[in-house]
Parts: sequence; C-alpha cells; structure tokens
Amino acid sequence: MSDHEYTPKSKFGKWFNDRLPLLTLANHLTDYPTPKNLNYWWTFGGILTFCLITQIVTGLVLAMHYIAHADMAFDSVEHIMRDVNYGWLIRYIHANGASMFFLAVYIHIFRSLFYGSYKAPREIIWIIGIIIYLLMMAAAFLGYVLPWGQMSFWGATVITNLFSAIPLVGEGIVTWLWGGYSVDNPTLTRFFTLHYLIPFLILGLVVLHIWALHVPGNNNPVGIDIKKPSKDTVPFHPYIVIKDGFALLMFMIVFAFFVFYTPNILGHADNYIEANPLVTPAHIVPEWYLLPFYAILRSVPDKLLGVVAMLSAILILAALPWLDTSKIRSAVFRPLYRQFYWILVADVLILGYVGAMPAEGLYLLVARVATAYYFLHFLVILPVLGWKEKTLPIPLSITEPILGGSPNLATAKNKESLNK
Amino acid sequence: MSEKKTNRRDFLFTATYAVGAVGVGATIWPMIDQMNPDASVKALASTEVDVSAVNPGKTITVLWRGKPVFIRRRTQDEIAEARSVKLEDLKHPEKDEDRAANPEWLVMLGVCTHLGCVPLDQKGEYNGWFCPCHGSHYDISGRIRKGPAPTNMEIPKYEFVNANTIKIG
Repeated sequence: MSDHEYTPKSKFGKWFNDRLPLLTLANHLTDYPTPKNLNYWWTFGGILTFCLITQIVTGLVLAMHYIAHADMAFDSVEHIMRDVNYGWLIRYIHANGASMFFLAVYIHIFRSLFYGSYKAPREIIWIIGIIIYLLMMAAAFLGYVLPWGQMSFWGATVITNLFSAIPLVGEGIVTWLWGGYSVDNPTLTRFFTLHYLIPFLILGLVVLHIWALHVPGNNNPVGIDIKKPSKDTVPFHPYIVIKDGFALLMFMIVFAFFVFYTPNILGHADNYIEANPLVTPAHIVPEWYLLPFYAILRSVPDKLLGVVAMLSAILILAALPWLDTSKIRSAVFRPLYRQFYWILVADVLILGYVGAMPAEGLYLLVARVATAYYFLHFLVILPVLGWKEKTLPIPLSITEPILGGSPNLATAKNKESLNK
Repeated sequence: MSEKKTNRRDFLFTATYAVGAVGVGATIWPMIDQMNPDASVKALASTEVDVSAVNPGKTITVLWRGKPVFIRRRTQDEIAEARSVKLEDLKHPEKDEDRAANPEWLVMLGVCTHLGCVPLDQKGEYNGWFCPCHGSHYDISGRIRKGPAPTNMEIPKYEFVNANTIKIG
C-alpha cells in the first residue's frame, strides 16, 4: 500500500472522498507498487477476472431464455442455439468460457507452485484461491447439468452418488440433494438456482483474494521480499495494466478460436441426446478439467476410499504452505524442487489422460502409480526437500544482480542469513 | 469481577442463548427440509408391470420412482448357475434364494451401487450385468463379483398381483 495520503484535486472529488473514500481506493489500485520483474505467468490473475465477468454476463443473458424444467430444458437450449438472436454465440462463449476459465486457473495455480507464491506471508491468499477453485468446480458441474443431455443427467447421477459413500447418512444426503429418488426435475431446478448463485460467491471471494494480495503485495519470479515502493517496483498503472492487457488479447485469440472454429471439441456428443434415465452412455467422462481427479477416484477399488482420495487430492493443496518446508520461494533457486515440479506437472497430465480412458488394464495401473506419486509429492517429497535441498544463493533485490552483472555472489545472501 | 459466582445475569444470558439457538434451528430446518422429496414425488411410490410378454432369457426395464428396474425371466441354466455360487466367493454374500423368491423372475433396481449408472444386460465376466461407468461386474443374480461397487444391486419391495403382473413398491 502506498503510504502517502491521497487528496483528490477537484473540490467535488474531495467532498465525495471525505464521505466515501472510493477515489482513495482507485488511487491505491493505480499507484499500487508492483515488482518490475513480473513475467507473463503473472498476467493470469487479470485474465481470470475477465473470465469470471464473461461467464456472469453471458450467463445472465442465457438465463433470460433458458427454462429450468426437466421436460423443457433440453429444448430451450436448442431454442437458444437456433432461434434466439446470437444465442449460438452467447451459449458457445459461455460453454467454452468454462474451459478457458479452468485453463487460466490451472496456469495460475501452477505459477504459484513454481514460484512459491503460497508461502508466508501469502497463505490466506492461497487458501481463498483454493476455495474459489472448489466453487469453480461446483459451478462447472452444476452448469453442465442444465442442458439436460445424456452427459448432464449421468454426470449429475455419478457426482451426487459420491455422497452415498458417506457411512450411515450417505443415502439420506443423496435423496435430499435430488429432492426425489433419482436425478429429476427437483434436482434440475435447484441446480439452476445454485449455478446462478455461485459466480457471485466467487466474485466476493475474488475481492478478498485481491485484498489479501494487496497486504504483502505480489510475489515475483525471484521470490524475495522487496521494498515498496522502491527501484524494484513500478506502479500498477500503466505498466502492469498494459502487460495484462496484452496478455488478455493473446488469451482472447485462443478463446475466440474455440468459440468460432471448434465450439464443440471440448464437449461430448452424447450431450446432444436428451437425458434418458433408462440408458447410461457407454463411456462416461467428465469435462477435461476434472479428469485428473476422476482418474484418482477410479484408481481406488473401494467406493468410500476412492471418494476420500479424490477429495484429499484437492484439499491437500490447502495445506501446501505448511507441507512445503523450504524457506526459499522461487523454484529458480531450488534446483531439486524444480525437477520435482516438472515431474508433478507430468504426473497431473498423465492422470488427466488416463482419466479420459477406460478404467482397465494398463490405464488402471498407470492411474494407480500416478495417484500414489501425486500424494507422495505433497506428503513426502515437499517436506523432505525443505531441509535436504541445497538451494542457490538468492539476490538481495531484483535490481542488484542485473546492475552488478549477475550472478554476483558478493551481493547475494544465502539461505542461512535468510533464516535470521 | 473477582467473585466467580453465577448470578442472575449469567443465568439470563445462558437462557437467552439457548432460546435463540432453538429459534435459529427452528427457522433453518424448513429451509433444509424443503429440499427433501415432496408429496408429489412420494405419491408415485408404486408401479404395476405386465410381464406376460417376457420370454425366458429376456430382460425388460421399467421406470419406478425415476429409476430403472430390471425384470429378468431367467432360464433354467441361469437359475442353476446363480444358485450354485458359493457364498465365500461373494463380496456381499447373499443367497440367490433370498434375492429371487420365485427363481424364474429376478426383479431388481437397475442401478449400479457404485455411483448409480445403469449396468448393461448380458455383459461382463460373470454372465450377468456390467456397469460401463467404472467397470463393476455383476452375476446373473445381480450380485457384485468384481469392480468398485460395494454391494449387490438392490431388490425393491415387489409382489405378484397375479401370474402376469408384478407390483413394484
């Protein structure tokens, strides 16, 4: 936060700001000192905000034409596609927007993992982020049910049945979620309500996420604490605004490619068949962004333990700031962690691949090994690396190694002095 | 504040919190219970099915409470196979006699006990049903033999109204 007091120039501005300090807030956001070495991996926060706004705006418009009723939902979606002016465009933006949202959030999360952005003092930012991620998955799942196609119906059946794994009360909870004895109209109407609610919850959490970020300020590729404002920082506007804006444009090109050239490639053809409670599609798979967790679910041969493993795989991320015992944030100065990081990336991609394949033979074996490794990474490798790894010397500031001709060991401090 | 004696004010606070908690609970419960099956859903509790057209070795699927019910007329070979299985070999031990009182007719919920998909007829390694979602194999009595499902497919409450009609529910 900038320390200097802000006073609006105009008389009216001053009058207003004394009563509601919105202009002080705007000034804080524009002048906000940002590390000057932020690379393009840091632009995904802005991109994600864009994704959220896009989903809310297109979703509002779709809700004006969609009918949340088991007999009419499927037809109303086709009505949007064929009859409503630009309905096809709005629906394709919304449907592909969900995938783009997850693409961006995965890059955002893996950026944090690489540069140690979840470490002290940024644990709360990270945990709010994980809650947002959980809500995103809930919103995506609920939204996928609304077109009431075969994948909608059977996806809803499988996911709600996860709760039946809970001992004693599980079946009661599932009936309560359904509002009946199977997924049916009462389920659809409540899913629509919740799908409408969750983006606004996410919006609220995004405000907290950014608020919590603005207390310590951004992490940076070097991962060191910096003085703010100083030679190491630039004001958010115009420097970061322009950089974020350029990255957003690049992102929108990818987004537009999907919307205009392959709008259905990320979906399933089965969802253009109306829901039929008597026939399960031959091969049920969730959307691509949930596949790694689906692979973990299927790799465990026991129903309850499978569900526990899948949930743990997500919730373990919330404990990450305490599982990673290394004091050094950025993987740039952690030669061993850097290798394990890329193994983890590969592991998650493999899980995603086998999640899309039938759960049998070699696929099942690979899924089991990859699941075991996933937990090994967080529960064993990270805590042990923290005290075994010989880290590289970190610079005193962002500017110093560059001005002094990096790497300059004389201007660097080592891990021991950091621990003081 | 040195004396730690319970006085009138402490009692009033405790009583107020207690009444407040009951009031909050009584207000929240209708909000939660409204999501449970409503009267119109519960009203559709039973279905009658005419099975006169079902030949031995065939299965029909009917909808009951929004869920599929398999009605299979089993052949003599299938009955013999179902009854010959040893209970030790079963993950969820149930005698075929207890699952199909009339051995010719197997009436069960066509819902995989893993995550609720509809298993496919005459598929899988045990000559019964196979769930395509996560690979559970059921035998000709609908008992789980292999895969992630924890229990056998459920037998609903049903009765023969007459020789050709089954009432489910």
